[in-house]
Amino acid sequence: MTDATSQGGSRPNARPTTSLTAVGSRTKKRNASEKRFRAYGLAAIGTGLFFLVVLLSAIVSNGSSAFMQTFIEVPVYLDPAKLDKNGNRDPEDIAKVSTFGYSPLIQNAVFEQVQDKGIATEYDDAGDMKALISASAAAQLRDRVIANPDLIGETVDFQILASSRVDGYLKGRVSRDSITQDKNIDAGHLDLVDALREDGTVHKSFNFAFITGADASESRPEQAGLGVSMLGSFFMMLVVLFLALPIGVAASIYLEEFAPQNKFTDFIEVNISNLAAVPSIVFGILGLAAFIQFAHLPQSAPLVGGLTLTLMTLPTIVISTRASLKAVPPSIRDAALGVGASKMQSVFHHVLPLAMPGILTGTIIGLAQALGETAPLLLIGMVGYIATNYPDGVISGFLSPNSAMPAQIYEWAKRADPAYYERAWGGIIILLVFLLVMNVIAIILRRKFERRW
Amino acid sequence: MYDAPLRKTDVEANEIKISAKDVQVYYGDNHAIKDVSVELQDKTVTAFIGPSGCGKSTFLRCLNRMNDTIDICRVEGLISLDGEDIYDKRVDPVQLRAKVGMVFQKANPFPKSIYDNVAYGPRIHGLAKNKAELDEIVEKALRRGAIWDEVKDRLHAPGTGLSGGQQQRLCIARAVATEPEVLLMDEPCSALDPIATAQVEELIDELRTKYSVVIVTHSMQQAARVSQKTAFFHLGNLVEYGETSQIFTNPVDSRTESYITGRIG
Ligand SMILES: Nc1ncnc2c1ncn2[C@@H]1O[C@H](COP(=O)(O)OP(=O)(O)OP(=O)(O)O)[C@@H](O)[C@H]1O
Ligand SMILES: [Mg+2]
Repeated sequence: MTDATSQGGSRPNARPTTSLTAVGSRTKKRNASEKRFRAYGLAAIGTGLFFLVVLLSAIVSNGSSAFMQTFIEVPVYLDPAKLDKNGNRDPEDIAKVSTFGYSPLIQNAVFEQVQDKGIATEYDDAGDMKALISASAAAQLRDRVIANPDLIGETVDFQILASSRVDGYLKGRVSRDSITQDKNIDAGHLDLVDALREDGTVHKSFNFAFITGADASESRPEQAGLGVSMLGSFFMMLVVLFLALPIGVAASIYLEEFAPQNKFTDFIEVNISNLAAVPSIVFGILGLAAFIQFAHLPQSAPLVGGLTLTLMTLPTIVISTRASLKAVPPSIRDAALGVGASKMQSVFHHVLPLAMPGILTGTIIGLAQALGETAPLLLIGMVGYIATNYPDGVISGFLSPNSAMPAQIYEWAKRADPAYYERAWGGIIILLVFLLVMNVIAIILRRKFERRW
Repeated sequence: MYDAPLRKTDVEANEIKISAKDVQVYYGDNHAIKDVSVELQDKTVTAFIGPSGCGKSTFLRCLNRMNDTIDICRVEGLISLDGEDIYDKRVDPVQLRAKVGMVFQKANPFPKSIYDNVAYGPRIHGLAKNKAELDEIVEKALRRGAIWDEVKDRLHAPGTGLSGGQQQRLCIARAVATEPEVLLMDEPCSALDPIATAQVEELIDELRTKYSVVIVTHSMQQAARVSQKTAFFHLGNLVEYGETSQIFTNPVDSRTESYITGRIG
């Protein structure tokens, strides 16, 4: 301030003339703060990456074992005396034989294998083999015979699903110490498994049934799969996609391009933004009240789940669509109107195509959110429903009770048998793969529709 | 006075194309156009001149109801085209804009190919029966926009990939392709080099044989060269309107005189 006068010069606060290469103190300070800022940024990204790696490695190390399953591969003699007493291969008679008719055959087959191989064992009865074999093996064999009755009387090679204790032993979850209190299996069985494993009768292989199969009861974790609840999620996503996308996009186009700016539209706008922040459980209870109690739609049905998730996804889609419509330069609208296009023509011919990448990205992100959402499903009965049956067709896919992927994962994590723990992690892997695929689709669509000109 | 070469003009009494009476425009509380009454003739080039922010663009946009798209904008008064009130409730602004085309201050080609840019108007108005006719319309429009030679080999390249001046000429071509009766041009040459400017001015002169052209310009020389009538705006008022030769040689209002001699602006 005052030095201008003290210098007596005519230029107040004249810049001192210094060499360009001499670094002044202000420059030093500025450079230092810039460096510091970069360091903060790097540290933040580093922390994020670190946690991501920890998370991913935890998921993979805990969940990957769910994709492998232990099988006992033995030839099974399908005794006609037991399976088809009349000997006429009548499908109705064959279907009358319950799984209790098949269990002894399987146990015999395993026991014979043990004796053939000359494995020394304390067990002298085929019934003792029960501990090695999954309770669902008999049903699987029965299904196969009913599908192909000619097999009766033959000896077929059959991959018997091993019991979850044996599976756990091969995966290191079960040990001789951990089974001292276990009524289901003895140390002798584990010796037997060791011997059978050596000659390849007992082995692990990839478990497609985990991806495609249905859920099983509490006591049969080795049989449980994610397939049915995956279908549940699929039908829900169909509902969300075909309701939320058109409604959301139409609403945003109207609000952004056509609606007059007044108190009422302001009110709507504020409320849409607020809805996006409403906890998802609120949408759940809304779905319960509106769709189940009022409209009497079936409980636990993917249709109801989809409707509820539509409510939840709509604000996300509306907000992202409006943002991408806003981002289209107004000069494009002027240009279209200037050559005599109507408002609607200008929106549909010019604005919407330009906003498309943003709309699609928003929609897919909304869908991904809905796919992973569990809380609203809790209230409409999709969490806790044991999804053991495939839907018979498209209509029952929408209407018959089902679970959903995140609900199924939650259900597994809740169950007492530790074998379900690994399946919950495995389910997480599948869910994440779906989300990854959806994000990749979003990126591809974005690239495809994006005009870089 | 002002000594740019004046073009010989034939300003015998053409019919009135657009007439504006007591037009007021408000942007919210901002009174942008005050009491403007003016009669624009058919087959005539009218230049709007005036300092920046005086309301030239605003008034121009009233003539094809582009101001309808601005929520806070309110237009009062009477504007008629061929004797019909364009702000009448029964008038469809879209139909009006097909008759009254516009070239904007900032070049705004669609992010589409050069061909599609020009073909868009004729397409939505159904001016071409088939592809060959459309091709013809596009070529003619591009030629009139003085850009045909530069783009004829890349008609399917993006219009936004052109230079600023080329984009502006593309926009002119796009506007003439729909065969409007009135062409409103908001500083069409502000991004053009002298050669392209000369071409556009030639185009304007040619358009005058069929249409009424209104051009906003900051270049006194240009106004003098292309227009037969000139309107001088100042702070939202229409200060002076008359024959271009008279405005530039013998302005009545002192504000007009100061502006064209460069003392206010
Ligand atoms: N969309 C708008 N919203 C609010 N006010 C506006 C808008 N457009 C123009 N105005 C105001 O109206 C007045 C006239 O603007 P206008 O664009 O018509 O000026 P102009 O004469 O075209 O200026 P220029 O020569 O710089 O283009 C200005 O005061 C401006 O601030
Ligand atoms: Mg302007």
